[in-house]
Amino acid sequence: MAKDIQGVGLGLAIRFAGSAWAQKYGLAKPAERLAYHSTRNGFKWAGQWLAKRQPKTPLLAAPQQRQLFDLSLSDEQQMIQDSMRAVASDVLRPMALEADQQLSVSAEFFQQCHELGISHLAVPESFGGSACDDGQSVTTSAVLAEALAWGDLSLAYTALAPAAVASAIRRWGSAEQQSTWLPAFVQEAPYQAAIAVQEPHPLFEAHNLSCKAHKTRRGFRLTGVKALVPLGGKAELYLVAARLGGKPRVFIVPADTPGLSFKASPAMGLRCATTGTLTLNKVDVPESHLLGRGEAFDYQAFIDLGQLHWCALATGTAQAALDYLIPYCNEREAFGEPISHRQSVAFALADIAIELESMRLLTWRAAARADAGMSFHREAYLAHTLCAEKAMQIGTQAVQLLGGHGFTKEHPAERWYRDLRALACQTSGLHL
Amino acid sequence: MIHLETPKKLRPLVNQARQVAEQVFRPISRKYDRAEHAYPVELDMLAAIMDGMNDAVAETGQGNSAGAGQLKQQRSKDAGNHNGSNMTTVLGLQELCWGDVGLALTLPRQGLGNAAIAAVANDEQLRRFGHCWAAMAITEPGAGSDSAAIRTTATRDGEDYIINGEKIYVTSGERADAVVVWASVDRSLGRAAIKSFVVEKGTPGMEVVRLEKKLGIKASDTAAITFTDCRVPAANLLGSPEVNTEQGFAGVMQTFDNTRPVVAAMAVGLAKAALDRTRELLANVGIRADYKRSLKNSHAIENQLYRYEADWEAARLLTLKAAWMADNGLPNSKEASMAKAKAGRSANAITLGCVELLGSMGYSEDELLEKWARDSKILDIFEGTQQIQQLIIARRLLGKTSAELK
Repeated sequence: MAKDIQGVGLGLAIRFAGSAWAQKYGLAKPAERLAYHSTRNGFKWAGQWLAKRQPKTPLLAAPQQRQLFDLSLSDEQQMIQDSMRAVASDVLRPMALEADQQLSVSAEFFQQCHELGISHLAVPESFGGSACDDGQSVTTSAVLAEALAWGDLSLAYTALAPAAVASAIRRWGSAEQQSTWLPAFVQEAPYQAAIAVQEPHPLFEAHNLSCKAHKTRRGFRLTGVKALVPLGGKAELYLVAARLGGKPRVFIVPADTPGLSFKASPAMGLRCATTGTLTLNKVDVPESHLLGRGEAFDYQAFIDLGQLHWCALATGTAQAALDYLIPYCNEREAFGEPISHRQSVAFALADIAIELESMRLLTWRAAARADAGMSFHREAYLAHTLCAEKAMQIGTQAVQLLGGHGFTKEHPAERWYRDLRALACQTSGLHL
Repeated sequence: MIHLETPKKLRPLVNQARQVAEQVFRPISRKYDRAEHAYPVELDMLAAIMDGMNDAVAETGQGNSAGAGQLKQQRSKDAGNHNGSNMTTVLGLQELCWGDVGLALTLPRQGLGNAAIAAVANDEQLRRFGHCWAAMAITEPGAGSDSAAIRTTATRDGEDYIINGEKIYVTSGERADAVVVWASVDRSLGRAAIKSFVVEKGTPGMEVVRLEKKLGIKASDTAAITFTDCRVPAANLLGSPEVNTEQGFAGVMQTFDNTRPVVAAMAVGLAKAALDRTRELLANVGIRADYKRSLKNSHAIENQLYRYEADWEAARLLTLKAAWMADNGLPNSKEASMAKAKAGRSANAITLGCVELLGSMGYSEDELLEKWARDSKILDIFEGTQQIQQLIIARRLLGKTSAELK
């Protein structure tokens, strides 16, 4: 930080006070008195001057709200959190085990999610959705995702994948792209769509894509392979990241475009999302399908909003683990008393609570900065770094604290363990 | 509305604290690390300047200034969001401790005893002790974290109490004008009978017998004090003299809900100093942690810096959350302990890690990094060790008493 006038003064005063002759000749005390009075008067004057300068009425109401540190949810966010948490516990949690084993979800599940308005919340009112227009949509989506993932991470991913596409088109799409693609998300029947960025090779880097796009006479030709793409090939629309002229861009690719094929490829977790490989073999799309064509498109922010979405999901699942472990450790007895009376168990739970809250706060800070139009790449990067590490720690502790029981499918912990590993392995696929 | 940035109105204060850290603390940081037990005379000048600032602020009602003497759980629950004295203190102290933790600890009139006085003193006591520099004496040779087991006694004798016992690890115990002493008024009644008393410097029977030689925070004096038939007026007892077996001890412990985020803030400031300097030194050899590549594709050292920074950011936000809750009248005992636990252990891991990353350069006294790595250890110990914080958090999470979860 640069030295300001105050700093220069301080530096001089302190050097004087520490000098041997100030001490020796008894000058320190009188000098302190002088410093006290001059500082006091200087500050009083500055304060009064500032008070006069401050306008009586705020010019803009909204920015004023963002002047203080605040952790309170808006009424709308509170409502979304409550209702999605209820859906998570009444709908998602009971069906999670079967969905995991079936490697799919029923059509009814998508219908249910659709009726809950999950996609509607990502589509603006002008296109028939119900997206709030108060400039806090990223934070609200993070609150929604966290609440839903309390039920099950993989089901929440499945439910949110289409909404993420709508959200990305809403944020980055041109007016034409929005009016072409967004209405489909708010029709009566659920519309399925997915984002495909991740590729199946080690040291994958979102900025260094193998999937290539070439400019053709009519538009673009895409060739490449995408990994961990959700929805089992049932998506009707994909957002595909590909390298165009050395730069990563995102293309809107309808699933029925010739050259596009999907092959299911189950993973350690995210199983009910029916992940698979999406192969693009000379897929031609018109020029109008370049996301954010002619607009300011920020690929880094597109990726960051995806990573933050994962952070929110992980936070919800980590919270579920803690909420599950507390009653279990209180009820489970060993050596004549609840295992929670042992510090090794109790401290593990305390650490889960600490890291879980850390995950939430880092995610919210980045989201709130995005909503306020501030830079948020560093914050998103740190949030994802923390969440990827701590979520897995919590996942493995959840199984450990349940002991042998945790290793079986009698309890959801082994599923959380598998799902939470995804954070460090998957890039994008979502978008707040 | 969720917004987790430094509040606009407190930015001048943060800047002011940073100027003090840079211009006052840093230049004399090594001097008082080497000259343990020497009083940092420069701080008297600083104290005079700060008093001038604070009184000007108080007179014109410009808001709050930093200081442990102002910490209080806000009781009003009027609508709206508040960023008050708790937020102010943690933000200010973070910056000061970026400069030097030992010097921040020995700032006149900002002792932990001041926090205790602010939390529980009545109006008459505030008038007498509000402006003095008060240290806090809890720990004894035989009782550290288990503060209910203290053996120092306070026996009523007419209008006075007579204090007998030995206290150790009293921060600023020699320099402060007064010491807030924890003592039992009736050892047969257990923890509920523990009360705190303000003992002013020079009271007959109170004697500083030793100054500790320490691993770090050497600029701060740590005293051992004995009390031998030390007579103090009954009016110096903080809080109620009644022994209430239901909640007596809880009242004493309440002070900690306010001071734990403060110690967490010290850890956050200290860890930031290490991170900032490490980045600077690494940039000189071409390693720039600029968040451009994914963790997997980053230089191992860059990768480590990201992880430290993520933990640091978590510690910082947990600290601000605990302070924010106190400012808004929300009970924050669990959150205060979470902040203290995370910040204490992260600061220790980060400062030690930065020394490791820089090798001999970090280890040498030519840099302050090795000093910060020594200073940081105490932040995971005082005001409740890491393990005590985990106990508090776990008891709250599990709904257990201290008899069940020991």
